[in-house]
Amino acid sequence: MLSYFLKRLAFALPIALAVSALCFSLVYLAPGDPLSAVLPSDASQEMIEKVKVSYGLDKPIAVQYAIWLSRALQGDLGQSISTGRAVASEIGAAIGNSLVLALLASSIGFTLGAALGVIGGYTHGSKLDRLLSAIAISGVSIPHYWLGIVLVAIFSVKLNMLPAMGAGSSDLWNWDRFSYMILPAITLAAIPTGIVMRSVRALVADTLNREFVNGLVAKGMGRRTVFRHLVKNIAPTALAVIGVQLGYLMAGSILVETVFSWPGTGLLLNNAIQQRDIPLLQGTILVLAMFFVLLNLLVDMLQPLFDPRISRS
Amino acid sequence: MHIASSITSLFRQRAFTPRLLRSVALAAALGCAMGAAHAAGTLRVAMTTSDIPLPNGQTDQGSEGMRFMGYTVFEALIGFDLSSSTKPVTLIPALATEWAVDPKDKLRWVFKLRPGVKFHDGSAFNAQAVVWNYEKILNDKAEQYDPKQAAQGRGRIPTVKSVKAIDDLTVEFTTTEVDALLPYKILWIVMSSPAQWNAVGKSWDVFLPKASGTGPWKLQTYTPRERAVLVKNTGYWDAKRVPKLDSMVLLPVPDASARVAALRSGQVDWIETPPPDGIESLKGAGFNIVSNVYPHVWPWHLSRVEGSPWNDIRIRKAANLAIDREGMKALLGGMMSPAKGMVPTASAWFGKPSFDVKYDPAAARALMAQAGYSKEKPLKIKSIISPNGGGQMQPMLMNELIQQNLAEIGIQVEFDVRDWNALLANWRAGAKDPGTKGATTTNSSYFSQDPFTALIRHVDSGLMPPKGTNWGYYSDPEMDKIFDAIRTEFNPEAQTALVAKAHEKFVNDALFLFVAHDVAPRAMTKKVKGFVPPHNWYVDFSPITME
Repeated sequence: MLSYFLKRLAFALPIALAVSALCFSLVYLAPGDPLSAVLPSDASQEMIEKVKVSYGLDKPIAVQYAIWLSRALQGDLGQSISTGRAVASEIGAAIGNSLVLALLASSIGFTLGAALGVIGGYTHGSKLDRLLSAIAISGVSIPHYWLGIVLVAIFSVKLNMLPAMGAGSSDLWNWDRFSYMILPAITLAAIPTGIVMRSVRALVADTLNREFVNGLVAKGMGRRTVFRHLVKNIAPTALAVIGVQLGYLMAGSILVETVFSWPGTGLLLNNAIQQRDIPLLQGTILVLAMFFVLLNLLVDMLQPLFDPRISRS
Repeated sequence: MHIASSITSLFRQRAFTPRLLRSVALAAALGCAMGAAHAAGTLRVAMTTSDIPLPNGQTDQGSEGMRFMGYTVFEALIGFDLSSSTKPVTLIPALATEWAVDPKDKLRWVFKLRPGVKFHDGSAFNAQAVVWNYEKILNDKAEQYDPKQAAQGRGRIPTVKSVKAIDDLTVEFTTTEVDALLPYKILWIVMSSPAQWNAVGKSWDVFLPKASGTGPWKLQTYTPRERAVLVKNTGYWDAKRVPKLDSMVLLPVPDASARVAALRSGQVDWIETPPPDGIESLKGAGFNIVSNVYPHVWPWHLSRVEGSPWNDIRIRKAANLAIDREGMKALLGGMMSPAKGMVPTASAWFGKPSFDVKYDPAAARALMAQAGYSKEKPLKIKSIISPNGGGQMQPMLMNELIQQNLAEIGIQVEFDVRDWNALLANWRAGAKDPGTKGATTTNSSYFSQDPFTALIRHVDSGLMPPKGTNWGYYSDPEMDKIFDAIRTEFNPEAQTALVAKAHEKFVNDALFLFVAHDVAPRAMTKKVKGFVPPHNWYVDFSPITME
């Protein structure tokens, strides 16, 4: 088990580093100047050169990357160019917001997706199954930022039930704070609901046709016992799907967080891109890449608990 | 419907959560207005910025940062008179009561400071505080030197050599050259409290949430990227400008549709820059759209390097006569003012140019024919434009109309669409830079708040890149002579006449393609009363009330 964990970890680290190097290069390929965020738009070239030196941006890109990486490995992600705040504290504040949103969205998505998937799997081929499949396909196909705008138009503008944007006052977690999360969480949940539902439906339908299920039924096992065996069999694959989706929710909510002005990592990334805030962009991408890698690692660790064959292989 | 209304009422019951009850009780106990978003006398604003402007003094986030943080919590020695929506904005005394150049030594200015002014922390504003604040951006050896504030402020005062305290209420400025435009530069530099900076451990980062200036608003809450709450400064030195509101909540909402949704759902009372396609629906829903022409111009900056077709005045004038600016205004939902020059016609600097910039395609075609071009034998040019950007209004839409208009008179335009920052980088590098790639126009909107930003920086032969932003390498000794006269004329009326003369030449020689002035649209609920939109980038929030 330990060697399995170490092997997975050994795979994870180079992936995170490769992602960071790739993102670092991509940022420099983009046009524009990172100092546009700190200088007035009418600053002269002379002024820009002066400030460039003070931020260390006059050094070759490879040198900048090496400096950044060595600091990052020591936990120092540098300072945001646009705000001067530590990148780590910027990400720390945002990641908590994204995490709660992602957890709420994944709870909605996975519960709903799994429940509807199981129903679809059990009623495979029926009208109900076709209806549920249509819902799943809609969830996956509808652009979530569009869904967000529609939800705002209905629940905020028309019905005035829920806030349209923002995260409320940032003190205690209470209903007021929670109310700001509902619309973005529902919007974010649409895709995982569809994906989880389709995966679970296919797994349930497939597993129900396997011989061991017939064997269980033939042995006189009750529906509950059969269902327990069914869950054990589909759990590893479903977990892998869920893990990837949670990762997407953390990293892939740029549009939804922008539509709702939710102060999470997606909005942070969007702002960093708009402002060419390279340290912030690099730091956020690295942290999200690490989060993604760790999440997959966690899923890899959980899978053998349901299916010991995985660790043996 | 019943279900919907039941759910609505259920959700609305959140107003009776324990937290709010506690807050109401606290507010009642203290006998003061609550700083939360729903308190009476609170204006909630959705800005277009992605972050709260830094409350350090010399703030960031461009003009919006100065509007909501720079000139609310802080102040400069000189201010703008923002009290009228019809009169041109003039400079007025703020933390300085008077200022004058030394008649014997034109490099020396003396500023008399306002007595009795206190920072929000209770410390006194005096000459030492002024010197300390200039040192924070000019002297990188000073302990209070802040690179962030220096980046914002240093470029605004290029001619300031030194600042010295003569006595407690007198400050002496020395300039590197004779500079009659110094007052326009001084108004950029706002005063942070030295005592507060010392009290928080001499750290600008710690200063941010505990910011202290002398302005009519005090910073109460600062949550980066989420919100800032400003409360009225009851001890403000100008009793007439003590805010009528209790507080103002600033929210960064960069997405235009999110701002509109926030306004329509009642989450905010005021939004900056509603999208043009949302204006009619906002009006229909009972919101006020408030706008006014301000010192902004949206032109095509023309290259005058050797070989550029724009060296021919007939082509420059023809292009200016070819643009259907009224059509463009309709396209933008009325949210622009047709430009007849670099400054609006209402400006004292507009003068009386003989060339009337208007829509006259027949005259434009005649001029193009004289220059040897027609629709059949068009002049081909390349133009750098951006898909968006601060102050760029609706650049794609507007440029496509220009492209269509110019095609009608025999100018075939090929666009080189660049990211806004890339366009600015080329604008600084100049038309001769290889990155210009054969383009002979660039489309950057300009701030034109003072004679330097409005005219001088664009066409002064001494400001060609990299020294300045004369992108087109324009050079005309006659224009340079007028600029020199402006810089050395200390009488305000005579200086205004000289600026008008420079502007007349600008228009008569059709130095740019003059297209539009932005009108700074804002949308607000009908509850917002007393707002006066001045001809300026900045506004005064003090007279505003909430019904």
